[in-house]
Amino acid sequence: MDFTHTEDRRMLADTLSRFLRDRYPIATRLKAAASDQGFDQATWDGLAELGILGALFSEDDGGFGGKAFDTAVVFEELGRALVVEPVFASAVLGGGLVAQLGTAAQKAQIEDLIAGTRRLALAHYEPTGRYEASEVTTRATGTKITGRKAVAYNAGTADAIIVSARVSGADDDEAGISLFIVPAGAPGMTVREVPGIDGSRVADITLDGVEGELLGPDGGAWPALEKTLAMGVVALCAESIGAMETAKDLTLDYTKQRKQFGRVIGTFQVLQHRMADMLIELEQAKSALVNAAGRFDGDRLTREKNISAAKNTIGRVGKLIAEESIQIHGGIGMTWEYAVGHFAKRIIMIDHMLGDADYHLARYVDLTRAA
Amino acid sequence: MDLSYTPEELVFQTEVRDFLATKMPARLTDKVRSAKRLTKADMEEYHALLNAQGWLAPGWPTEYGGCAWTPVQKHIYDEEANLACTPRIIPFGLGMLAPVLLAFGSEEQRQHYLPRILDGTDWWCQGYSEPGAGSDLASLKTTAVKDGDHYIVNGQKTWTTLGQHADWIFCLVRTSKDGKPQEGISFLLIDMATPGVIVRPIILLEGEHEVNEVFFDNVKVPVTNLVGEENKGWTYAKYLLTHERTGIAGVGASNAAMLALKDIARKQTRKGRPIADDPIFASRMAQIEIDLESMKTTNLRILASAQAGGAPGPESSMLKVKGSLIRQEINVLTRQALGPYAVPFVSEALDEGSNESWMGPDYAQGVTADYFNNRKISIFGGSNEIQRTIITKAILGL
Repeated sequence: MDFTHTEDRRMLADTLSRFLRDRYPIATRLKAAASDQGFDQATWDGLAELGILGALFSEDDGGFGGKAFDTAVVFEELGRALVVEPVFASAVLGGGLVAQLGTAAQKAQIEDLIAGTRRLALAHYEPTGRYEASEVTTRATGTKITGRKAVAYNAGTADAIIVSARVSGADDDEAGISLFIVPAGAPGMTVREVPGIDGSRVADITLDGVEGELLGPDGGAWPALEKTLAMGVVALCAESIGAMETAKDLTLDYTKQRKQFGRVIGTFQVLQHRMADMLIELEQAKSALVNAAGRFDGDRLTREKNISAAKNTIGRVGKLIAEESIQIHGGIGMTWEYAVGHFAKRIIMIDHMLGDADYHLARYVDLTRAA
Repeated sequence: MDLSYTPEELVFQTEVRDFLATKMPARLTDKVRSAKRLTKADMEEYHALLNAQGWLAPGWPTEYGGCAWTPVQKHIYDEEANLACTPRIIPFGLGMLAPVLLAFGSEEQRQHYLPRILDGTDWWCQGYSEPGAGSDLASLKTTAVKDGDHYIVNGQKTWTTLGQHADWIFCLVRTSKDGKPQEGISFLLIDMATPGVIVRPIILLEGEHEVNEVFFDNVKVPVTNLVGEENKGWTYAKYLLTHERTGIAGVGASNAAMLALKDIARKQTRKGRPIADDPIFASRMAQIEIDLESMKTTNLRILASAQAGGAPGPESSMLKVKGSLIRQEINVLTRQALGPYAVPFVSEALDEGSNESWMGPDYAQGVTADYFNNRKISIFGGSNEIQRTIITKAILGL
């Protein structure tokens, strides 16, 4: 066994960490989130130049990574700095599907995805489907798509949106789902993007006979879709761990300098023990991610069980750390001006993406029974 | 023991329901129900309606315009008002300053300020916390130095809720540096229009302007604005913190929030079935409902024993700790019930008359913001850590 990252990945993490420390203070992040497009173009371009997007694709696809641990390393740093630039939507979800399913012609766009000159998004979940990944009621007849998609990340600024649609079967069948590439502004597609409370951007999408370009086997997209969503979970878990690290560090620093009753509050045992609990749980969360990333390339059942275990753990630990970070700070932790609240919001909202703790607990039970 | 309301209490409950059904404008209750932002005028409108009914000051003696409700009557009103989605009563003048004036103020102060609280002439805010004095309130540094028939006040208060609307602020100020920190504090009433008073907004993490910083730069305050005796302010502040605790457990609000949660859990579906029927979610809701039902009785038991023997003392700390945790857990479940639609936040849609619409189901409006905003209730008014220390020392004697 070896629990250290490879030299290349450690260098990648260092480079990214330095870049974000120098170029992405919280003020820049808040300004980016409040801007029209919801992210900072210069930061996006900088991430591409550093090769951060390339790290998320395999060498065969023109990148230099593409493994779950590459995703984990990148997203832990992105989370630590609370990055809102659409790496998750474009490279992990959109890019992941093109890499898995694309024809040679379709995969040609990966070069632009890595360069950051083209962005993708995924419109998959639906207004009444909650977190059920196989629930697709949007229909495709031939390549014409009709239906509604919900809470699609960064779909409003993507050059093209990958849309899932059912070509056969019942509403929640895994078989019968197709994916289509739909260019932004396609006739019949309405995209309404609004801010998320965590500084993200999410869109509801209405499709009325929209012409799409088939991506992958007609009606047979499920295995690749499930695997891409699993990689999405790896990204979100790592992002949350990075954000939790920062929230924990901010809280620890605060307990060391805030004085009440004539002493620093970090000397109060009641706070010491709670900080200790945060640390214990954070280590558990890191291990859950190691389990998920380390078993990502195994058989499907092993992968998915570890994915659900990780997302469940991250949801629970995230709630603890987000809420305790605010509580231990006291009033200052409730303010917009102080950073910890923004980290708390993102940590909590990650539980609402790709299935929450309860969803993945139930899914873990189902997968265990299936074994 | 008898858990049922007396015939008189049932009559009162009917009276409250009739009032809420006939006198509360739908415009106001709709705004509260849909988590829209309330304006100062909205809050004043609610106060005026209650004042016209003679119900605005349930804890005051009748000779000052109160209605001297029993704890059970207050509980009934709290529960019914929350179910009817009324705005909340702004407590600073009515429930915080007034009891102090009634107990420690001069008759002249009572005759001057109390009617103005009732008729809405004066909006009060609270000047307790300071940047360096939060949990350790007694370490406050804002000074009031006597100069003839005035005090000159210098310093800074923070977390001043709705101070942006306030005409007056009641402040704890330091008038002496001798002895223990608690011994040099006085209770002073300050007109916010006095030169040198500056209010700056603090934006909360979910983006709302609810609290403020208030700065005092050589503010001249007449000595007649001192309440009670100089350097006795800490006693009055502590009295305030253990008095008027009927609402501290927030059971009325939690009860209404629980019903709203159940309603959402019937509308949100997983695999075509309501999540209210999902085993995991159903058990989480049941657990918090069980806790809430016990809390309602704990609340009434403590208030009943207080009624027999004066204001509840340190027991109110138990109400605050458990009450806040229950309220926050209901917030958690309501957020979780929304699934992916917990994320979108169309802030403009929360303003009355806005052209912006929410994204997602109507009932999702404001839910996540409320979850984040209510993290405050285990922090303000003495954090839960402080409340537990009070319990340890004052009840357990540790």
